[in-house]
Amino acid sequence: MSENMHPNNARPVPFRGGGFRPVAKRGAAIIVFTTLILLAEWGTRTGWITNLTLPRPSDVATTLIDLWRSGLLWTHLSVSLSRLVVGGTIGITAGIGVGMMIGLFSYVRAGLIPVVAALFPIPKIALLPLFVIWFGIDEASKYALIALGTFTPTIVSTYGAVDNVDRTLVRMGQSFGLSWWSIVRKIVLPGALPGILSGLRVSVAIGIILLVAAEMLGAEYGIGAYILQAGSLYDLERLFAGVLILSVLGITTSWIIGLLEKRLLNWRG
Amino acid sequence: MDLTLENITHRYDGLTVLEDVSLHIPAGQILCIIGPSGCGKSTLLRLIGGLEQPSAGQVLQLGTPPAGCLNPLTYVFQDFALLPWRSVGGNISLVLEDHGIRGAAADKIIDDVLARTKLSDFRAALPRQLSGGMKQRVAIARALAVNPAVMLLDEPLSALDAQTRELLMEDLIGLWQRQPFTGVYVTHNLAEAVRLGHRIAVLSRRPGRLRDVIDIDIPLGERHIGDPRLEALQTRLWDAMKQEAMAADQELLHV
Repeated sequence: MSENMHPNNARPVPFRGGGFRPVAKRGAAIIVFTTLILLAEWGTRTGWITNLTLPRPSDVATTLIDLWRSGLLWTHLSVSLSRLVVGGTIGITAGIGVGMMIGLFSYVRAGLIPVVAALFPIPKIALLPLFVIWFGIDEASKYALIALGTFTPTIVSTYGAVDNVDRTLVRMGQSFGLSWWSIVRKIVLPGALPGILSGLRVSVAIGIILLVAAEMLGAEYGIGAYILQAGSLYDLERLFAGVLILSVLGITTSWIIGLLEKRLLNWRG
Repeated sequence: MDLTLENITHRYDGLTVLEDVSLHIPAGQILCIIGPSGCGKSTLLRLIGGLEQPSAGQVLQLGTPPAGCLNPLTYVFQDFALLPWRSVGGNISLVLEDHGIRGAAADKIIDDVLARTKLSDFRAALPRQLSGGMKQRVAIARALAVNPAVMLLDEPLSALDAQTRELLMEDLIGLWQRQPFTGVYVTHNLAEAVRLGHRIAVLSRRPGRLRDVIDIDIPLGERHIGDPRLEALQTRLWDAMKQEAMAADQELLHV
């Protein structure tokens, strides 16, 4: 029988595939942001939202512009950035080093994983007084706080990434008589890099959170100090201006890590 | 350089996978090892190349590897084992760097092996841009670069489709004809074994014992698809293995 003999029964097979795979949609984030800001502006102007609940977005913008004009924005930002960079670099470098060791040596793994598990959940902010005693009230205690905060998540993501390196590649290296150090440098480290970089996003975000905490004590300048001053005076415009700067900082670091991934992991395609 | 296996026995946690295997691997020939799945043929290859230690018995090298040989026992893996972050050229230079071969000296070797495997145009390509057959050619080029005394091929064509497999088999025969190498070729594919093997060692199912060693006198260059002599040989091998393969298929996996 030919398939054309039952034209009445013929109907197209319904499409059941698709979905479950998010694709990049340009401009979606901008629309969400502007909608939220416009909603807040409209709400505060009509009185639907009181000024005590939420500052008017345009007032926050004015505060930011004033801060920029006075030159204080750069003072605060440069101090904060140097703390974040120094503390973060120490913590992330040490974290990658220790994470690699845990991934490579059984004894280090057995000895340190419980220590890391014990350190990770401690709110590092609670240790700030201790750091002040150990390192003094100056910059060193702030570096230490940020370093410790970024250290533990970096360790966890690094040894997880090392564990996930394809064992057949390691065996290949051994079969060609590559030295231990060559295998670590040319096979394990590049193989772990995707995992290390995605862990870095979390570590840097935690670093920014701790930056504010570190500037609670004995800091004259810095975004954290600025926010805390505003908070204690219930100056909501300044508070929000500071929070906005932190958010921009977060977006910027995430974008930089994205660039790094694009450059270092171009082999993934 | 010849290799000799003396009474190799191997166990994993009390489970015997190989039992009393003795075998001679003469230089300049390809030895194929066939057997039902799980008979320990890949384990045997890892033992031959020193990636694992046998529970009993030993693998002996007879004579010294020829001059200029950087890595006497060199593997070609089933899943290619190419570094995805290195280009074709970079994957080959990887195995030269540790021997202090860099720059012009390395370029010369890389150009030579890429030409022998018909890959000269793809030196800068990344593994993800290559088809399975091309990836395995890169792995073969990498193995040739260290000028091995013995090539250990672990089901090198099993991850490829039938047509690519045929092409690569012809390439391997061509490589051997131009410059005969010693090879140990593990496969479960009887057609590959009768096309490429000067000798075929048949293993029983687990625990793997040596059941038979068959010599094939037909020169590699004269073996073509559909050759009745090869077909007959293949049928003979299959008859010998069929019961074992069926029994192996019914076994529970313990690994």
